[in-house]
Amino acid sequence: MNDVLLPFLAAILGGALRVGVPFLFVSLGECLTEKSGRINLGLEGVLVLSACAAFGGSYLSGSPWIGVLVAAATGAALALLHGLLCSLPRVNDVATGIALMLLGTGLAFYLGKPLIQPQATQLPPLALGAWSESPLFQSALQVNPLLPLGLLLAVAMYWAFARTRWGLLVRLAGDSASATKALGYSVNGIRIAATAAGGAIAGLGGASLTLFYPGSWNEGISSGQGLIAVALVIFARWSPLRCVGAALLFGGAGAIGPALQSIGISSGYNLFSAVPYVLTLVILVISCRPGKVAQGSPGELSSAR
Amino acid sequence: MHRSVADTLLPIGALIGALLLFGLFVWLGGVSPTETWLLLFKGAFGDWFSWQNTLTRAAPLMLTALCVALPARAGLIIIGGEGAVVLGGLAAAAVPYLTPLPGNGLGTLIVCVAGFAVGAAWIALAGALRQYRGVNETISSLLLAYTAIAIFKQLVEGPMRDPATLNKPSTRTLDEAIRIGGILGSDVHWGFVIGVVACIALGLWLTLTARGFSVRVVGGNPRTAQLVGLPASALILLACALGGGCAGLAGAIEVAAVHTNANASLIAGYGYAGILVSFIARHNPLAIIPVAILFGGFGAAGSLLQRRLGLPDASVQVLQGIAFVLILASEALRGVDWKAAGERFRRSMQPREVPLSSTVKPT
Repeated sequence: MNDVLLPFLAAILGGALRVGVPFLFVSLGECLTEKSGRINLGLEGVLVLSACAAFGGSYLSGSPWIGVLVAAATGAALALLHGLLCSLPRVNDVATGIALMLLGTGLAFYLGKPLIQPQATQLPPLALGAWSESPLFQSALQVNPLLPLGLLLAVAMYWAFARTRWGLLVRLAGDSASATKALGYSVNGIRIAATAAGGAIAGLGGASLTLFYPGSWNEGISSGQGLIAVALVIFARWSPLRCVGAALLFGGAGAIGPALQSIGISSGYNLFSAVPYVLTLVILVISCRPGKVAQGSPGELSSAR
Repeated sequence: MHRSVADTLLPIGALIGALLLFGLFVWLGGVSPTETWLLLFKGAFGDWFSWQNTLTRAAPLMLTALCVALPARAGLIIIGGEGAVVLGGLAAAAVPYLTPLPGNGLGTLIVCVAGFAVGAAWIALAGALRQYRGVNETISSLLLAYTAIAIFKQLVEGPMRDPATLNKPSTRTLDEAIRIGGILGSDVHWGFVIGVVACIALGLWLTLTARGFSVRVVGGNPRTAQLVGLPASALILLACALGGGCAGLAGAIEVAAVHTNANASLIAGYGYAGILVSFIARHNPLAIIPVAILFGGFGAAGSLLQRRLGLPDASVQVLQGIAFVLILASEALRGVDWKAAGERFRRSMQPREVPLSSTVKPT
């Protein structure tokens, strides 16, 4: 029994840490965007385009860290477009997000066509499992070097929202546009900045897709993580700290299929790949109430009204 | 600007802008933009062969666009039409597994109804989650679409797989007699006619019938709908079911007319392209017909761009993305008071007169 259960658990743990990192970054990016009062469904496009940019940057420069920077810049640029478009009168943020999803993935597939074959320099893993005797845990705890950055970012965002002037301004724009205006700040300016910053954070998620796990560029690189992020943020009740737990939970759910495969159970593989989506749906059904605004939701959010 | 003028001019202007930007985009990659535009037109509408390809692609687009348009008229943004397409196709392929079908038009009808019913149920589920549980329908419909694709793959690669298909797992091929054939010997199948009829019928339903009007009231102003006592939930579910049914029908038609069985080629993104078509048509079923033909044409021209100019197959997706962004941005121009803007422009052009108060008065 132990021969099966232990590898299975190790595979789930390793999977949660590997698969969860992109989830963590996109959900933090979406959290920042939504705190300012806008939804960015286009983060899916941001994720795919920045994943492509990270791979290209690393391949051309030979340094994965330059790839990470390129990814963050690309993500910020595409999200900035979303922020600017949504600031135009009568432009709906949900529809714009869908459009940017199409545009981002289209651009990524177009520009990334020559990148499908070559191999880019990958991010060096952090060996957190060195304490363990078991090679299973050693390999499961080969952690993405961006993970500590993500955790740090979550804490920093939590602190910033509570304590800093900038964080409070973002929350103010998200909760009441009229109060922001009354205090003499530009609502659109704050939202554009928050959306672009959110895109940069989501771009780091793209970088961890192509530069760590799965670690290659192809057209199926993202399986909707950018959209699941929107649901994750609802689940995390707009708290950056709870985003960490939610992302790891979803990483673990996504790892069930591969983990079962690693111990020799391969039937139903396709169904297990749907577990994160079904789980998201179930969580939404449990956490939403008809006609009631979700707890912790920014007041200006179009989905909340 | 008059409303109907704006409704036509703005999307056309945005499309022209998108083509220009796309030309600039390929030019940056070292490809001649004029040749690209020429090939786009040639591949889409250049000759009868291109027209057949275009219309064949327009058929599912019209139906998947309805899957966005009808719920949108009831106030819901559904973007998971792909799931209904895939499951509709799967249902169509599954019917012969369950019961022997009559080898005539009745068999075709049964297959299509199965696709419609499954698609309707799938999208109605997203509507029901929104109405009864308060779950955002945009996200839930997309999650349902991913789930549907997983179910599709599981069944096609597992229990429903035809053991004869080795490289590309597929279901058993539909009987020749119940497949949907071409119109008058052409390559354009009857699914195109079904799509046009569905667009016209649902367009008339929305404008002429009391039920269709109620759906628009619910979508336009939920509070008014509540005041006059319309059954909002039932109407929203009806709009979702009709739209989802159309997308499911698109999947069934693709299986019965193009692929002859259900396999991974069915997951071709028609559901997502339908979102764009519906938004450009401003969720008006009648306007969907020309827009779907136009985008069917772009899809048809994609392979020509790939062959002749060596552009990646995603180039059509880039064009679609640019078009979608510009269409939405063009909304900002709606309601601009052009007369006042022109007046302001003229005034700013005139030489500025020096205000009297600032001139030094001689004392």
